[in-house]
Amino acid sequence: MNRRDFIQMAGVAAGLSMAPFSVIARAGEVLPKKGRRVVVVGGGYGGTIVSKYIRMSDPSIEVVMIERNKTFVSCPFSNLVIGGSRDLKDNMITYEKLAAKHGIQVVYDEVTGIDVAAKQVRVGAGTISYDRLVLSPGIDFRFDELEGYDPLETPKYMPHAWKAGEQTLRLRKQLVEMADGGTVVLSVPVTPFRCPPGPYERISQIAWYLKSHKPKSKLIVLDANPDIISKGPLFRKAWEKHYQGIIEFHAGNKVAKVDHKAMTVDTGVEEVKGAVINVVPPQKAGAVAYMAGVVGEDKKWCPVNQVTFESTLVPNVHVIGDACSAGAMPKSGYAANSQAKVCALNVVQLMNGKEPIPPSHVNVCYSYVTDKEAISVSAVYKVAEGKTIAVPNSGGVSPDLSELEGVYAHSWIKNILHEMSS
Amino acid sequence: MKLMGIGAAIIGGCFMIHVPAWAESPSQAAMLSNTCAGCHGTNGSSAGPSMPTIAGMPEVYLLETMKKFKSGERPSSIMGRLAKAYSDEEIKIMVDFFAKHPFGREKQEVDAAKVSIGKQIHEQRCKKCHMDNGRDSEDSGILAGQWKEYLQISMREFRSGKRPMPEKMKEKVEGEGKLTPEEVEAVIHFYASQQ
Repeated sequence: MNRRDFIQMAGVAAGLSMAPFSVIARAGEVLPKKGRRVVVVGGGYGGTIVSKYIRMSDPSIEVVMIERNKTFVSCPFSNLVIGGSRDLKDNMITYEKLAAKHGIQVVYDEVTGIDVAAKQVRVGAGTISYDRLVLSPGIDFRFDELEGYDPLETPKYMPHAWKAGEQTLRLRKQLVEMADGGTVVLSVPVTPFRCPPGPYERISQIAWYLKSHKPKSKLIVLDANPDIISKGPLFRKAWEKHYQGIIEFHAGNKVAKVDHKAMTVDTGVEEVKGAVINVVPPQKAGAVAYMAGVVGEDKKWCPVNQVTFESTLVPNVHVIGDACSAGAMPKSGYAANSQAKVCALNVVQLMNGKEPIPPSHVNVCYSYVTDKEAISVSAVYKVAEGKTIAVPNSGGVSPDLSELEGVYAHSWIKNILHEMSS
Repeated sequence: MKLMGIGAAIIGGCFMIHVPAWAESPSQAAMLSNTCAGCHGTNGSSAGPSMPTIAGMPEVYLLETMKKFKSGERPSSIMGRLAKAYSDEEIKIMVDFFAKHPFGREKQEVDAAKVSIGKQIHEQRCKKCHMDNGRDSEDSGILAGQWKEYLQISMREFRSGKRPMPEKMKEKVEGEGKLTPEEVEAVIHFYASQQ
């Protein structure tokens, strides 16, 4: 879509298609700009924090955050809901406090188009203009790589639950309703995807539930990767300690085909049937990134300047969180939080005509292996020669599984959700 | 939109103080320090009971703490691994950042009887270093309003010998009239009750 089409559509929406251009543009504006403005798309781990820290760093810059949902549901800690030791309500936040405290204008609407030449975002209610745009759209799925996968129908029978919410609860319900002795199948896509240790934490949580409630059942894991891709030795230790005879782990087994009517998945070598099947599909940047034309040559993720998170393809558009490629950093909630802060400071620097500041990031990821025991991985990241790297001789994984890690993990989720909502 | 205007005005007002500090080298301080807030809360005031508030702590204490994390002298799950990534100069910059922010206190559940016993013990043994009911100190942690769960974890580490106690503290806790676990718990409730 070119700019003229876009303006015309905006005009039609406002019922003013015959009016002169300038009138159309103004009539379609949802929130006319008062001064310099950053528009943020997405109210998750990245979007809330970049909005807040821009306002904290320079209150003379307007921030409009566009988010389609009034409630955010956190993916981190949603595996505990599937295991049965946490209520999904505890993963939810809303935006009123954040908006009021920091003067962020929150627009609850769906983004339907982005005109990067006109610097406008189109939403259901009209257009919103920006000086700089920050996209924190999270992920979407490459359903087309799974033969037989119907994006609307299949998740009703085989929930992926890789965006927390309704599907998290559905997967939980299926496990609870399954007969003792039933087989659960879980498939892991090829890396990179949202939350590298996530599938292995989920395996642990499902196994924990089966051990306590369905001891005759087993969990078959089909992992497309050559081995566990995160905290491998610690997960293996946990599975040996707690779930012997429950987890059957097959590395290098990529699911290529699904059949939600027959409840089977197919690796091309073998067909596996399950009473409950959790196919985690391969992933790509959220749809909004494609609208802005910031997705790279791989057609999956968004290449960005590692210092400012500005797209290397489209000026004045920044991409943070799971959707962007940030060197050695994993696609995690903490990474999105950290990238949002780096992006916020450097967007402010750029808008004030100042030099960007060299980035400093942290990532901490906790994974629960039972309802109480957890393991962790942590690192500090810097940019060297344009690449984001982990600082050598630091970071790493926890020495063991422990309940103390679980205690810290609980405070982590409290702090990070609190930071996002106030 | 009226509310928004007021919010913006208030924010504008309080951040005026920090604006000059964000301009040059202190902006590197924000860059280094902001990311700590994922666990320790915005500007270092924690909302999670096992993660300590680090805002408003004496600089000497924060510096020593990071040094001990780095060397492994103080046990930790995450902090030892992270502290190794920072140079002494970077640590100094972050310490200054958190020391200048106010210690945010949230209301905690405490047992009134324990608070009262704890207050007596504080008066007898702790107040020389943890001054003003634990609100002020030259070189030790601010305890007033610190999270109960964090203080419990710390005292467990101290008493089990995993974390070395400073000499003066050892004398007061383990010396003559050694504190019982119940007495330690009472002191923790006293500090947690401070607003």
